Amino acid sequence: MRFVDEFRDATTARALATEIAALCEPGRRYKFMEVCGGHTHTIYKHGLEDYLPETVSLVHGPGCPVCVIPMGRVDDAIALAEHDDVIMTSFGDMMRVPGGRGSFFDSKAAGADIRMVYCPLDALKIARKNPDKRVVFMAIGFETTAPSTAMTVLRAAVEKLDNFAVFCNHVTIIPAIKAILDSPDLRLDGFIGPGHVSTVIGCRPYEFIARDHGKPLVCSGFEPLDILQSVYRLLLQLHEGRCEVENQYSRVVPWNGNAKALRVIGEVMELRPHFEWRGLGFISHSALRMREKYARFDAEQIFGVPGVRVADPKACQCGEVLKGVLKPWECKVFGTACTPETPIGTCMVSSEGACAAYYNFGRFSRERVKEATRA
Amino acid sequence: MTTHDLGPTIPARANWAEEAVAAHAGAEHLTREEQVLERIAKARARKAKIKEQRVTLSHGAGGKATHTLIEAVFLEAFRNPVLERLEDGASLAVSWTDGATGRLAFTTDSFVVSPLFFPGGDIGDLAVNGTVNDLAMCGARPLHLSAGFILEEGFPVADLQRIVASMAAAAQAAGVQIVTGDTKVVQRGKADGCYITTAGVGLLDRPTTLSAAAARPGDVVLVSGPIGDHGITVMLARGELDIEADIESDTAPLHGITAGLLDVAGDGVRLLRDATRGGVATICNEVAVASQVAVVLDESSLPVRPVVTGASELLGIDPLYVACEGRLVAVVGPDRADAALAALHAHPLGEGAAVIGTVKDDPPGLVLLRTAFGGTRIVDLLVGDPLPRIC
Repeated sequence: MRFVDEFRDATTARALATEIAALCEPGRRYKFMEVCGGHTHTIYKHGLEDYLPETVSLVHGPGCPVCVIPMGRVDDAIALAEHDDVIMTSFGDMMRVPGGRGSFFDSKAAGADIRMVYCPLDALKIARKNPDKRVVFMAIGFETTAPSTAMTVLRAAVEKLDNFAVFCNHVTIIPAIKAILDSPDLRLDGFIGPGHVSTVIGCRPYEFIARDHGKPLVCSGFEPLDILQSVYRLLLQLHEGRCEVENQYSRVVPWNGNAKALRVIGEVMELRPHFEWRGLGFISHSALRMREKYARFDAEQIFGVPGVRVADPKACQCGEVLKGVLKPWECKVFGTACTPETPIGTCMVSSEGACAAYYNFGRFSRERVKEATRA
Repeated sequence: MTTHDLGPTIPARANWAEEAVAAHAGAEHLTREEQVLERIAKARARKAKIKEQRVTLSHGAGGKATHTLIEAVFLEAFRNPVLERLEDGASLAVSWTDGATGRLAFTTDSFVVSPLFFPGGDIGDLAVNGTVNDLAMCGARPLHLSAGFILEEGFPVADLQRIVASMAAAAQAAGVQIVTGDTKVVQRGKADGCYITTAGVGLLDRPTTLSAAAARPGDVVLVSGPIGDHGITVMLARGELDIEADIESDTAPLHGITAGLLDVAGDGVRLLRDATRGGVATICNEVAVASQVAVVLDESSLPVRPVVTGASELLGIDPLYVACEGRLVAVVGPDRADAALAALHAHPLGEGAAVIGTVKDDPPGLVLLRTAFGGTRIVDLLVGDPLPRIC
């Protein structure tokens, strides 16, 4: 298929792998973090690690928006959904995320009207069709999805669809990366920068990572060759003694971002003073809420959200996994108490979560897998 | 990172997680990662147990949750040697009073597809072909079907007539008769228009015994044509995605192609499965577990139409898990693989047939994929429905 096969070509991958191996200094180990959950998914789905030398390891970062939603916010959303006149809407991978007392799926089975949508505008359609109901959109995601939520609110305002509201859980990527850079137990050689977030915010906001923290960052696309090339470019920077922000995903990401999208976010939303991240705790100015001007579309103001706080289960080490301190399998409950069927931590819920990706695609002795798949 | 205290914290679930960890100590000779993987393998082999209080949609999606429901609820209550094999249909030995003996295949299937009408078919031909195919996968010659209808008050009679006409046509095409049936009408809102349950009997007149437990290392895995057409067609026909594509359901009776395959390579065919709910990936997992073998698939050999690839890429789902209604997976001994592929190709429904993988001895119970990109990964059962990813 055009625009897909070109980016998954095995011959090019082999050539790139040779170049990568040549750039690795003997005896040195390299650790790169892919910030974005979409990258984690690609890495496992295509078996990309088979192309990397043993000395290069990829650490999965906090960029899966579903994975960083704290349990309390899920409980709040379920409390909203349980209002008799509410139709709750959200993206598909939110459905299985466990709060302190079950997931959207469980709540739906118990009678709440919860519907999966592919786009926030679909929630607006539902609101138009059900004027006697209040339709709430559970908004999640980084700057990638925030503009579409903001656009939907603007549309609702134009149409005066007052039975539509947003439960805003949008988060911002830079504070999360800062939190990781500040974490003392972490050793990284560089970052594979998030691609789709950068289509909105551009590459400029990452400059402090190279300048102040001395870590190179390559903003990367989501096809396997994109990621492999980004690893190559990170190694090349280290080899040449450079430390810069580079844009591998230039076919989509403008260096200065998307001004229109940023304006729309700014019109509808503002930074929260603080927001809880699953596993990372409270991070200042790390999330968005609705501006006062759009309070009539803000579910938190309309409904009086309970504001439940639920401690992460003690055994759950999602935080360490999100920070890249632990590999998924190093978590105490990985694969036994915490599985994709009965996830404890959010890293196990979304297919982009580091744990779910490892469990579904990577869980096995590499040697035995290689032996079995030898043609 | 700034931490704010925002009031009281409610303790989460009890410490069952810690207890589960404590139960898996030992195995010091392995590396830590290997120990963990061993621990997981053990946990997966444990008896299925339902943790949910209520049935969720995941229990109907054909993945892990469905398997758990079947094993923990139905198998637990109905347990008998025939059911325990969990094949597409039951193979029954019968003896008549005159001393004659024979073997019958018996199966049942329910249909709740939405929308009822979609490009390439409707719930009617699906209900007939589905049961015909389950019989065909047992190696049987389909004979007679029953049909049960649950209708919602207010359902248009014209729609019912259209559905029934397509059932009649499908039955005629498959050479079976619908010989008994039942009708119930429920109040408006208690059903989604029309549900159909069919059951069928077929004659097992070949000596071959087919079983998901019969695969052996060295065997070859074949599929009879492009995968995922039905699932993608229905997903698009629901109109929720605003994607238009030129694609039709693959719904078709497969008894003709299975007869052709068994005629030519009968002694070498280990098992046949139609790749319905859960797709090819789910079947391969069932085979890997039942036969305690590794099934190794080759992504670049998988026949997938570009339109199915495209829709799957957009939705973030994997065609390996998408349902077909007229495709079969066959596992065949290595010496009969060429003959089997030729037999599939010889049938109009098998023009797109391909060898998609092989059976190995290790690691048992797993399905592995050589990706087109040149890497490897596990192809596990899905937990529930394939959920679209957000970014």
